[in-house]
Amino acid sequence: AAGMAAPRRLKPLHHVAVSGGTHGNEMSGVYLVKHWLRDRSFAATPFLSNLRAVEKCVRYVGRDLNRTFTAEFLSSAETEDEPYEVGRAREINQTYGPKGSAQAFDFMFDLHNTTANMGTCLIMDSEESLLPMHMCHYIQTHYTQSSCPIYLYKLPGEESYSIDSVAKTGLALELGPQPQGVLKANLFAEMRALMACALDFIELFNTGTVFPAFKTEAYKITGRVDYPRYPDGEISAMVHPKLQDKDFFPLNPEDPIFQPFSGEEILYEGDSTIYPAFINEAAYYEKKVAFVKMEKRTFSIPGLHTLSLSPSP
Amino acid sequence: MTSCFVIHEAPVRRVAIFGGTHGNELSGVFLVKHWQENGAEIQRTGLEVRPFITNPRAVKKCTRYIDCDLNRVFDTANLGRQTTEDIPYEVRRAQEINHVFGPKDSDDAYDLIFDLHNTTSNMGGTLILENSRNNFTIQMFHYIKNALAPECCPVFLIEHPNLKYATTRSIAKHPVGVEVGPQPQGVVRADILDKMRKIIKHGLDFVHIFNEGKEFPPCTIEVYKIIEKVDYPRNKNGEITAVIHPCLQDQDWQPLNNGDPIFLTMDGETITYEGDSTVYPTFVNEAAYYEKKQAFVKTVKVKLTAKCIRSLLP
Repeated sequence: AAGMAAPRRLKPLHHVAVSGGTHGNEMSGVYLVKHWLRDRSFAATPFLSNLRAVEKCVRYVGRDLNRTFTAEFLSSAETEDEPYEVGRAREINQTYGPKGSAQAFDFMFDLHNTTANMGTCLIMDSEESLLPMHMCHYIQTHYTQSSCPIYLYKLPGEESYSIDSVAKTGLALELGPQPQGVLKANLFAEMRALMACALDFIELFNTGTVFPAFKTEAYKITGRVDYPRYPDGEISAMVHPKLQDKDFFPLNPEDPIFQPFSGEEILYEGDSTIYPAFINEAAYYEKKVAFVKMEKRTFSIPGLHTLSLSPSP
Repeated sequence: MTSCFVIHEAPVRRVAIFGGTHGNELSGVFLVKHWQENGAEIQRTGLEVRPFITNPRAVKKCTRYIDCDLNRVFDTANLGRQTTEDIPYEVRRAQEINHVFGPKDSDDAYDLIFDLHNTTSNMGGTLILENSRNNFTIQMFHYIKNALAPECCPVFLIEHPNLKYATTRSIAKHPVGVEVGPQPQGVVRADILDKMRKIIKHGLDFVHIFNEGKEFPPCTIEVYKIIEKVDYPRNKNGEITAVIHPCLQDQDWQPLNNGDPIFLTMDGETITYEGDSTVYPTFVNEAAYYEKKQAFVKTVKVKLTAKCIRSLLP
């Protein structure tokens, strides 16, 4: 029948890396990776990506490492005064890439925390990435402790810039709320359990499990909203108490979004319902993002099967 | 009609409100900046109230400090240090602040300084007291607690032979710390900012009424007195090997008894509290205290009584 295409076949995943400390003050990933580096029984290849930022417990030293994996930076010639992260991105690209090449790692996980109330969020570039979509679906089905919303972060036409784009495919885990520089036991345990679930999926995929087609809901970015600011660039209003902590809840026209330090509340002026995320994320003040706007959509994902390297019978 | 022995205190005329002593604790940063532009809500008749950013470079970078913690360097040694080229930024800044709002322990010092802080711990709106025999401050805290009731307003007493530290506000005759959480560093939350704003409003109201000559009868408040700091379990390299146990996380000011869980190791083992008596933990899992080797602070409940006070009318 129409639409019942045979599952798509993809190669098994043999080289899988897990990055922690891409932002050095997002502690769940930092401490999980440090733990796995000592405990060698972990199935994938863990590494700390921004070593200097981890040491100083800051997001980055020179520039945001997770915005540095573009062709421009990866192909740039080394200079003496370049930010630490540019050189580090090249090293990571050498070890786990090169980005877009056949030698690149098959999969990379990237572990993050946010100060926003995003729960256990799964982040990938777009719904067109078949294998991560299946992985997310598997996690949603098998990790039932919390709902795991899927956030598709790439705007149309945008070049991929994140660390996991070095590998052939990837997924970022974004757990919150957790302050920068703080390690909370519950989020540490959740991230660990999510990773175990994701690695189970890889194991099943590699051993020939057929994953049927499915439909799923995901949140796709449509834009970003900055704080209201004074002419000198300082913010003039806070996230409204009614919006604070309401990540993934519908936001309707005329709903309050900002609370100035004095004066009247500011309402959302869009024409239709959107879904916000990264509400009041500490690291996004400097990026001029008070929250990200998303639309909720349903996607039909084709089936998936391992492409066996031995000849088919 | 006076039924008690009255202590006559000098009126409190010069008040400062400090924000940004730690540059990434944003409630105070944004309140002070707002009041510098529009200070109507902090003005009271007969009072000079000065909002002031204490660590502007740290505020600009949205970091706790540049070279060292400003809120630990207002001791005699640092305040008297020679200004050489390689002196830490915060020590130089402390000397400037002491020059404007102090000098510490002198008659010229400001009467009252509120210093606005945030914590990642679930401490609510906490008042920090430096001296258990300061009648004026205890009376003020009593007033603020009543004004905020039924909302809780714990008082943390940091008086201790070796755990007390040399705070920015300590240059005033009456130093008041305001510590509101939980709020991540680098984030401003409307609910937390509102809590801080109310504490300052009631504090200034108290000063105003006091200056007008109202007599405040003796009062007693319950405070949490610091007794010990507790570090994380660490390995030989100094790295932490356990996190605050979920049963202790966010339980600031709640009783902690012998056998209660306090840490959870990375391998899943629970470490329990061993002590003969009930303590009340606070600053549980504060981000800035990892480097200070402090997972939480133990306190005990103590009652403090302030004498009847009245302003010496001019």
